[in-house]
This record gives sequence, C-alpha cells and structure tokens, in this order.
Amino acid sequence: MKSQTSSEPIAGNETAWTRLRSLQAPWAWSFVGMVLVWFGIVVIFGFGIASNVAQTALTYGVFMVLVGLGQMLVITSGVGNIDLSVPSTIALAGVVGMHVMGSANGQIALGVAAVLGVGIAIGVANYTLIRLLRIPPIIATLSSSFIIQSIAITQGRQLPPPPPALGAFATGRLLHVPYIALLALGLSAALAVLLHRAVYGRRLSAIGQNARAAWLAGVDVHRTRCFAYVLSSIIAAITALLLAATSGGASLDMGVEYMLISIAVVVIGGTLVTGGKPTIIGVWGASMFLFLTNAALNAVGADAGVRAIVYGVLIIAVTVAAGGKAMR
Amino acid sequence: MTPARNTLPAMQARLRALLPAISLVAVLVPILVMQPAVMSYFGSSLLLNLAVPIVLATLAQLAIITVNDLDLSIGSFVSLVACIGATLLVKTPWLGALALAGCVLAYAAVGALIELRQIPSIVVTLGLSFVWSGLAIVLLPSPGGTSPGWLGTAMSYQTPFIAAPIVWSVIIAIVGHLLLMRSSAGVRIRGAGGNPRAMRRFGWSLVRSKATLYGIAGVFGVLSGLSLLGLTTSADANLALRYTLLSIAAVILGGGEFIGGRVSVIGAVLGAITLTLAASFLAFLNISADWQVGMQGAILIVVLSLRVLLQRGERQ
Repeated sequence: MKSQTSSEPIAGNETAWTRLRSLQAPWAWSFVGMVLVWFGIVVIFGFGIASNVAQTALTYGVFMVLVGLGQMLVITSGVGNIDLSVPSTIALAGVVGMHVMGSANGQIALGVAAVLGVGIAIGVANYTLIRLLRIPPIIATLSSSFIIQSIAITQGRQLPPPPPALGAFATGRLLHVPYIALLALGLSAALAVLLHRAVYGRRLSAIGQNARAAWLAGVDVHRTRCFAYVLSSIIAAITALLLAATSGGASLDMGVEYMLISIAVVVIGGTLVTGGKPTIIGVWGASMFLFLTNAALNAVGADAGVRAIVYGVLIIAVTVAAGGKAMR
Repeated sequence: MTPARNTLPAMQARLRALLPAISLVAVLVPILVMQPAVMSYFGSSLLLNLAVPIVLATLAQLAIITVNDLDLSIGSFVSLVACIGATLLVKTPWLGALALAGCVLAYAAVGALIELRQIPSIVVTLGLSFVWSGLAIVLLPSPGGTSPGWLGTAMSYQTPFIAAPIVWSVIIAIVGHLLLMRSSAGVRIRGAGGNPRAMRRFGWSLVRSKATLYGIAGVFGVLSGLSLLGLTTSADANLALRYTLLSIAAVILGGGEFIGGRVSVIGAVLGAITLTLAASFLAFLNISADWQVGMQGAILIVVLSLRVLLQRGERQ
C-alpha cells in the first residue's frame, strides 16, 4: 500500500471491501438484486416463464420507475422533502384526462395537455403551501393530497374509457419492448441530461447537499425546489394517463399503492435519502428488483401478506445497510 | 403606545396556544346550532364514538414527533393489533398478549436502530408499514374475526352523565399531559427532540430516549387497535390505514411542530377530536361525503395559515 500517493493517511489502510463500498455506485446493489432474482426465476421455472416475467416487468414495473423518478427529484432537493401527493395526483390526472378525452382519438392531444396542466398546477400548489405556510413538505403535500383526492372523487363518476388509440399505445410493443418502457427510457434519458449535464441538475444537487451554502453561492433555492415538485407532479400525471390506458380506464384508487412504492424504489435504488445525490439507474434497478421479487414470490405461491413482509424487510435492510452517517 | 405593543405579541402567543381549542369550537358550534341534539348524552357518544382509537393513535404519533421523527406505519400497526386481537387474543389469549408485547418491543427496537444508524425515520417506518400490513394479512386474510368479550364490554361501558368517548379522551389527555409535560422522565425524553446534542453531552443516552418513545408509541398503538376492535367487533388488515395520515394531521393541528420537540398532548387530543368531528360536520351541512377528506385537508391548511400569521405577529 506504500505506492499510494493519496494525501489522506486513512487511505493507507483501506481494505478491498471499503474501496468497493466507496465505488460511488450505490445503484449497483439494486441491479445485483434484480439479476439474482431473475436468475432465481430462470432456475426454478425455466427460461420461457422468466422471459415472460421480464416482459411483464417492462410494462408494470415501468409505472414504479415513473413515480420513482418524480419522487427522486423531490427527495434530492433536500432533507425532509417528500411528495405524498403522488397517489391523489394520479387519481385526479386520470379523472381529468379521461373526461377531456371522452374516448375520442381526436381529443388525445387536448387530454394530454390537460393532464400536464393538472400536474403543473398540483406541483405549484404543493410548493406554494410549503413556502407560504413554512411547514414541512410532508404535511403540505399531505394536506393538499386530501383536497386533490376530494376533487377527484367529485369528478370521478361515469368516467369514459380511454380512447382506443391511447389503449393501443399502452399495450403496443416495438421489438418486444412495450412503448411504455420506451417512453420511460426516453424520460429517464432526458432527466439524466437535466441532472448531470445541465445547470439545473447542479443547482438541485447543491441545494440538496446544503441549501444555505447553495443560497450563498447564488442559487435560487425556492425556484429550483419548486421545479422539482412540479416535475414530480407532472411525471405522476403522465403515469396516471398510462395506467388508465393500460388498465382500460381510470379509477380513483389506481395510484394508492404508489405512494409507498415511489419512496421505496428511490431508497432501494441508492438515491441519498438526505438529498443531493440522485441516481436514475438506481430507480430502474430497484423497480425491476421489487417487481421481479414480487413476481417470484407470487409464482412460488406466497400470498400478499408474505410479499408485503418481504418488501418491508427489504426496505428496512437496505436503509440500515446504507446508514446515515457512513454516507455524507 | 408601549403597553399596546407589549400586550399584542403576548396576546398572539396566547392565541396560538389556544388555536387547537379554537378550531375545535369552530367545528363544534355550527354542528350544535344545526343539530342541538348533539349535546345530549346519546348524541355526543354517537358522534364521538370513533374518537377514542383516533386519539390513541394520535398520541402514538405524538411520541414519535417529539423526537423530530415521523411514523408512517401507525395506521397499519393499529390494523395489525386489531387483527391480533380478533384472532390470537380470542383463541389463545396468552399467545395474543405475547404477540402484542412483541410488537411493542419491535417498535422500541426500531427506535433504537434509527438512532444508532442515524437513518431517516420516514423510510424505516415506511418499510415497517409493509411488514405490519403483511403480518396482518397473514393472520387474517379476509375481514372477520371476533372481538374478545371483555374488550366489547369495556368499549360499550356507559359512564354516568357524560358520554364515554368524552370521558376517555379527557382521561387520556390528562394522563398523557402529566406524563410527558410534567414528569421529569417526560422532560428528559422531550429533551432528546429539543436539543439532542445537549442531552448527549449531559450524559443521557439518546438511543434509550428514542427506544423509550418508540416503545410508548407502540403501547399507544396497541391501545388504539384494541379500542378500535372493541368498537367494530371485527377486524381487517386495512381497518385503520387512514390513521397514519390522520394522526400526523391531528398532532400538527394540536400545535405540534417538527423541530425542537415542541408538542402538546392536550392540543393533539383536541386536534384528533376536531378531525373526527370534521367528517360529521359535512353531513350536517348537507355537503356530499365526497368532500370529507378534502375538509380535513382544508382544516389543516387554515389552521397552519393562522399559526403562521400569529407567529409573524409575535416576531414583530
């Protein structure tokens, strides 16, 4: 170890394990998990079923990816930032989208615009509450989600089914890859550019690591954070549209499970929970990992209860393993 | 001029402390005007029937907010307790009691783990909520079960003069207030939320404080689940999921803050009752039940805005 020229004396007694841990690739673990689970499925059920499962994962796991990406942006914007309004946004956007489209192919563009509008409005409303009332984001998004949920309920009766073209898009495939997965890939690529190659990403990471230092350096903390909330709501709104299209209609509770899952995939994926360090690949890895785990447990006959327990233990184990102090 | 300037902030501070009571009155008075029968013994017990489990769940949440953490699992925990009560506690009482004790210990262990590893409580309790729900589904795959006889008797016990839910809520509020606000152990525990660094330098174990508070939350969660079971007489794994958000809202409504261990037991109890009443409030106003959750959100936002206004006044 003498050859090391690092100025830090600690570096001298670094073991291979700690070096592996400091590899700056927290997302790798979720991929390891994903691959292991998939090979497990191959071994137990054969390749045919395993490739079927992978196909389903690319449709239904993608919803987890989408909501996770939005949540990741919000969590990255600093300690305590979290968006609990994801399920209600999904409910309202689905309802609004279906009403505006009214099952007509010609209205799809208008419907998409309306859904995006819902997303922007909710994101701005969320951040306005956080800013004006100076309350923790968890409470602000919680109270706004109550109201959004109510609005969705009042509008949620006699919903028209999605237009046929939208349904065809949601179930269509290009070379065995669902369009939805391609859409999510495109979105991920755009977000990757935004986060790693654009000024906005630097700002977001800066305010996530130390909001005061970022402010002193001239970053407009509020605008940057507000944009993260708006993006999260927009992504949730798009997810709502795709969910409704895939399942043949919007329902008020189609987003309920995504509140916990959106947070879970972010954490398991290796995004720093205290903010400032997002990983898009990690969200993909974690979503696929969770989906495949779910499918595998399903296949071996474990009931919903056991699956939930495994989910929970996984989340806790990953958090405990990552620790708060070890990672600065 | 000077006396006015001196008294205005003082008045605002007092108003702020009274905010939970004021919001309760604001919800209660219209109900009384529209439906005076609510004042009667029967009316009030009917209206507040479900308040007791919500009050208890709120105090569980309060214990955790005291140390600046947040519990996203209390709703599924209360459901799990109800499921244990409806199955194990009826068939093999000793096993049921053991399971409940185990749940409380698990809560305390999670508290210690959160402090030891310095991990965010939101994520851990989120994972925990999956575990509780899973266990509840394993125990009771479909809604059902029966409430143990003694539990039903306890919850339908008729107190003289004043309806039982009110009596229970007042007793819970006073006992909780004395324990957390007036006892030396309570002050020490709150210190872990107020100024952890000072507590550590003083030689108190933060791990122990956190484990204690999470344990207390577990105890209140168990009480909440059992009282809910006594009222509903059957259980379901999704029975109390909404308690998670409701309890957070109630603590905040009652004047609790996320930073500095500033909480109020009496305020939280009032907050829980306000939110319980808010649901009936709409029915009395002839507004569709669709707005029930929206109403709770609106109350939260209004009260928080008032608090900000009053705070701003104090500072000037």
